[in-house]
Amino acid sequence: MDKCNIMIVGVGGQGTLLASRVIGNVALKQNYDVKVSEVHGMSQRGGSVVTYVKIGDKVYSPIIEKGEADIIIAFEMLEALRWAEYLKEDGKLLVNEQKINPMPVIIGKEKYPENIMEKLRENYKNVISLDALKIAKECKNIKAVNTVLIGLLAKSMNIDKELWIESLKEIVPQKALDVNLKAFEEGYSRG
Amino acid sequence: MKKLMLGNEAVARGAYEAGVKVATAYPGTPSTEITENIAKYDEVYSEWSPNEKVALEVAIGSSIAGGRAICSMKHVGLNVAADPLFTVSYTGVNAGLVIMVADDPGMHSSQNEQDSRMYAKASKIPMVEPSDSEECKEYVKEAFEISEKFDTPVLFRLSTRISHSQSIVEIGDREDIALREYKKDPDKYVMMPAMARKRHVAVENRMAALAEFSNTTPLNRIEWGNTDVGVITSGIAYQYAREAFGDVSYLKLGMIYPLPDKLIKEFSEKVKVLYVIEELEPFFEDHIKKLGIKVIGKDVLPVMGEYSANLIREKVFGNQSTGKKIEGIGTPVRPPVMCPGCPHRGMFYVLNKLKLTVSGDIGCYTLGALPPTQAMDTCVCMGASIGAAHGMEKSRGKEFGSKTVAILGDSTFVHSGITGLVNVVYNKGNSTVIILDNSITGMTGHQHNPTTGFTIKGEPTRQVDLEKLCHAVGVDRVKVVDPFNLKEFEKTVREEIAADEPSVVISQRPCALLKNVKFEGPHKIINEKCKKCKMCMKIGCPAIVDFGDHIEINDALCVGCGLCSKVCNFDAIEKAGE
Repeated sequence: MDKCNIMIVGVGGQGTLLASRVIGNVALKQNYDVKVSEVHGMSQRGGSVVTYVKIGDKVYSPIIEKGEADIIIAFEMLEALRWAEYLKEDGKLLVNEQKINPMPVIIGKEKYPENIMEKLRENYKNVISLDALKIAKECKNIKAVNTVLIGLLAKSMNIDKELWIESLKEIVPQKALDVNLKAFEEGYSRG
Repeated sequence: MKKLMLGNEAVARGAYEAGVKVATAYPGTPSTEITENIAKYDEVYSEWSPNEKVALEVAIGSSIAGGRAICSMKHVGLNVAADPLFTVSYTGVNAGLVIMVADDPGMHSSQNEQDSRMYAKASKIPMVEPSDSEECKEYVKEAFEISEKFDTPVLFRLSTRISHSQSIVEIGDREDIALREYKKDPDKYVMMPAMARKRHVAVENRMAALAEFSNTTPLNRIEWGNTDVGVITSGIAYQYAREAFGDVSYLKLGMIYPLPDKLIKEFSEKVKVLYVIEELEPFFEDHIKKLGIKVIGKDVLPVMGEYSANLIREKVFGNQSTGKKIEGIGTPVRPPVMCPGCPHRGMFYVLNKLKLTVSGDIGCYTLGALPPTQAMDTCVCMGASIGAAHGMEKSRGKEFGSKTVAILGDSTFVHSGITGLVNVVYNKGNSTVIILDNSITGMTGHQHNPTTGFTIKGEPTRQVDLEKLCHAVGVDRVKVVDPFNLKEFEKTVREEIAADEPSVVISQRPCALLKNVKFEGPHKIINEKCKKCKMCMKIGCPAIVDFGDHIEINDALCVGCGLCSKVCNFDAIEKAGE
């Protein structure tokens, strides 16, 4: 791996920050240069959020531009659609088939787009999707959606699985660790 | 040891390693995590001050008394702290004093896009700016050295993408720095006209010495590459420029005021075309042009918004990277919203129902200005709601005033709302002020404040009693109401706006995200009972979704606050079973 640009997109409150921190930590363990750009503050409150993780021998800008992402991991379908333009031609798009209506849809001003997964598959070469919310519920922790998706991501990157588990152990609070490790395995096995 | 750190976290580490004694701040995105992280070091005294002015004054006191001090705020916070800032420039320091100021180009979480470099020039204080987390840490240490060597406070500029990006930092040890001797020195520290006139001379001499120092400090460095193009830049703009221009020559500025004239001249003479890449104002560009040097800058690049490598490519070279966009499909925007369970939702429902003019303020509740509530008329700065409501009444008369309320959070009220309330009482206003007491400073991510009863370290402390405080400044009518008790809340607001005297309504209910707030779990809509009247949609909860043929509650978002069941006239909403 020379360099890898990963975008984590979703809705504020879905736990995208944890995912970016785990990925960043894994890259650090591999002795790469890494930058992770996060969103805090107002935009975080239920809005569209994007975190950039750039890994390489030397990283300058922390931001990934359109057409530069090797992997986009979307925590929500509409957000996958919104950010897909940032994908490289042969980039991977990992999508959680969860649907969270934005306010313009809730108040009936706009429609939530139909058949998002079909359209993504028609337009991009490498699309993998799963229902991380359902899997998280099966793991008995609705909050483990992010760890399921980290598992899915881990499978699509050429980095030793043990490093991911090590990072999770360092970052996830002790009491939630077992559930999260299970959620990680579930995501990993679906990659 | 190497660690991935946010820029803000690295600043905190730098302060720790520099032997800082006292750290003060008022929370404000994107600066908040600096002091949150300093608070983790027990060797440093840290505090949330009620506002930035007090924070800076506390830091000045520490510096004069001989202990290194750091004070942190967002760009607009420096407006609040500007009074002490301009005069601490004159007094100088005893132990080092570094003032962190985090700009927010693009306004991710701010009400304006001011460029704090202007403050360095206006207050005659040197300013440094890092371009990644490692520099955040190292420059803080260097800033303390500069502060003590030149007897000056030092401004330290951050921006959102530096503060909130993680990059690799090499951790060091804490330097053991003894308190400096404290000597009474009124000529230096008592700024009356006779003393200040002398100190102004010292300031001018200091700035001349710093202008020389700027030419030789390693904070300003030339990175030679292809000399057909030279780029003068700093901070995050340096990183964008590096990607957009590639292997050209760079004058990377770390000390951004005063600027290194000799270095700039030397650099400009060796490159064929010179660009200045800086976000926001043409601060470098104006100065460099005054030196008689030709540069390309704001004639092609914007003075607004955030830069990126792509933006530079587009404006300078006329090309940019693109990806594949799916055509013919609408992508609805997703603006931020108040969280499910948010106490403010009950209040906005009532204010909307009463069709009041709402003089607003800065906090999570500012989101009430957006659809579907759209229940806010103004938002200017911290604490402005009360003054503005009073001004509305004084210009349009009592009738208008009686249909107007000011709303602001508990932390915002203590920050700069108290003086506004005193003014209403003193100048015979009738304003109704609603203080949203949610037991925490919310928008910036849960910081304690003088009304919560806990310090930055979570230690119990004396709590400001808002009721007593309001009584003490002369407000006789003070009511405490739960905003989720909609009937009671509406009744109270009706009574208070009708009263011919100032009044305060304390809307009391903790933030739904606080750990100790427990709800009964997700609710559901019983389709047989639902008349599709859409009353529940009026509260604007992101968990309630209209599917056209039926309305549904999203169980992944719903916390079970029950507000929707209170507005439903048909008992169609109840707690969902397992």
